[in-house]
Amino acid sequence: MQRDLNDLVRYTPGERLNHWIVGISFILLGLSGLALFHPAFWPFSMLFGGGTWTRILHPYLGVLMAVAYIIMLIRFTRLNLMTATDWQWVRNVRQMVDGDDHNMPEQGKYNGGQKLLFWLLFWCMLLLILSGVALWRTWFHFPVEWVRLAAVVHSATAAVMIGLIMVHVYAAIWTKGTIRAMWYGTVTRAWAKQHHRGWYKEVTKEG
Amino acid sequence: MALQSLDIAARSATTTPSPSARQGFEVAKLIDISKCIGCKACQVACMEWNDLRDEVGFNHGVYDNPMDLTDQSWTVMRFSEVEPDGRLEWLIRKDGCMHCADPGCLKACPAPGAIVKFGNGIVDFNQEHCIGCGYCITGCPFNIPRLAAKDGKAYKCTLCSDRVAVGLEPACVKTCPTGAITYGGKDDMVESAAIRVRDLKERGFANAGLYDPPGVGGTHVMYVLQHADRPELYADLPKDPQIDPLVSVWKGLAKPLAIAAFAAVSLAGLFHYITKGPNEVSKETEKEFE
Repeated sequence: MQRDLNDLVRYTPGERLNHWIVGISFILLGLSGLALFHPAFWPFSMLFGGGTWTRILHPYLGVLMAVAYIIMLIRFTRLNLMTATDWQWVRNVRQMVDGDDHNMPEQGKYNGGQKLLFWLLFWCMLLLILSGVALWRTWFHFPVEWVRLAAVVHSATAAVMIGLIMVHVYAAIWTKGTIRAMWYGTVTRAWAKQHHRGWYKEVTKEG
Repeated sequence: MALQSLDIAARSATTTPSPSARQGFEVAKLIDISKCIGCKACQVACMEWNDLRDEVGFNHGVYDNPMDLTDQSWTVMRFSEVEPDGRLEWLIRKDGCMHCADPGCLKACPAPGAIVKFGNGIVDFNQEHCIGCGYCITGCPFNIPRLAAKDGKAYKCTLCSDRVAVGLEPACVKTCPTGAITYGGKDDMVESAAIRVRDLKERGFANAGLYDPPGVGGTHVMYVLQHADRPELYADLPKDPQIDPLVSVWKGLAKPLAIAAFAAVSLAGLFHYITKGPNEVSKETEKEFE
C-alpha cells in the first residue's frame, strides 16, 4: 500500500520480513537467555512453558536467528562498508546526539553510526553463534574448559548485544518518521533529504 | 530431597537466604584409599539403595567397570597402576561427588532450587526442578554430574541424603567390607583421618595425608591418601581444585554488571529523549515538499 506517491521506498517486503524474523527471534532469545542468566529474570522462563522448555527452545531459536541473520548480512553488507565520511560522522557523533545535525557530513543510505552498529552486531552474532554451539549439550560435547570460556563469552556478548539493540531501537524512536520504514517500507522525501541526503539524491536523481 | 527442610545452607539461583533455622551439624564420608581392596561392593550398594541399573557394558581389559560415572552409576572405582617410588602400587579410588563446601555446580545452576546444600554439608540435586542445561557439569571442578539421555536431568551421588536424614549412614559406608569408608561428623572424620595418617607415616608412607581441598572450602567426602603430595596419581584427582575463575566471572561479576548496563542504557535513552527532544525533519525541509 502506497500512502503518498511521492514517498520513497526504503525497504522491500522481503527485507522487512527478514528484519522482523531476526527481530522477533532476538526478543525471544533475549528473554529466554536472560531467564537462564540471572535469577531476577527467571520468571521469563514461564513465557516459554517453564525452565526445561526454555532450555530446549533457546538454542533452536538461535539457529533460526542465525539463518535469518546470515541472509540479512548478505543483503546489507555492501551498503554498510565504512568510508572516510562515515568515520567523520562517528567522530562528530557528540553533536548529533546533542540534537544538532548541521555539521554532520552528507550520508548515503546509512550513516556512520548505523554502519558501525552493523559491524558491532556482526561480531556479536559471530561470537554468540560459536559460543552457543559449545554450550548446546543436547547435540555437542566439547571439553569443559571450552564450555566454561563459551559461557563467559556467550553471556558477556549477549549483554553487549542487548545494549546495542536498545541503542538501535532508541535511535529509530528518536528519529521521527523512521519506524514506518520497517512497518511498510516507505519514508517521506523530507525525511530522506534531512537524514540521508546522499541516498535521497541517488534515488531521486536530484543533483 | 524435601523442600520443607529447615536446614538449607544454600540454594541454586536464589538471591535471598534459604530456610536455615536448624543448626547444621556437618557430616563427612572418609574414604581411606589405603584400606580399599577394590571389591566394588560400594558400587553395588549404591545401585541397590538408589534403584539404579547401569547398562551392562563391555570389558575394556581393565578393572574399571563401568569406565566412567553415568546417570546410573553415581560412584565408580578408578584403578591406577603407578610406580611413585620405583615400586608398583595399585591405587584404587572410589570416585563420586565430593560434596564441596563451596559447590561449583550450585553456583552455576540457573534453576531456582534445583541444587541445594544442606546444613549438614550434603549437596543434593532436586531433579524435579532440574532443567537439563548441564551448567552443573560446567561448574564442577571434579567432573561429577551426568545428564541422563532418558529424561534430560542431571544426576550424581546424594551422599544418601535420604538415609542420612533418618540417622542411617550412606549405603556405600554400610556395605564396605574393609572399613575403608567411614561416616560421621566432619570433625570426627578429620580426627580419625589424622590417626590413620600418623599410622601410614610410621609404615613408610612419608607423604600420607588427608585430602580435604581448601580451594572448594573443604569437602564432605574426604580421602586418606598414601601420597597426599601427588593426588594426581589417583586417576587424576585434582591437586588444588577450585571453582574455575571463568565460572566465577560468569556467575559472579557478569550478572550485576549486565543488569547495571541494561539499566544505564535504558535510562540514558529516556533522559536523552526528555532533555534533547526527538530528531525531527526541520521545518524548512518540510516546507520544500509541501
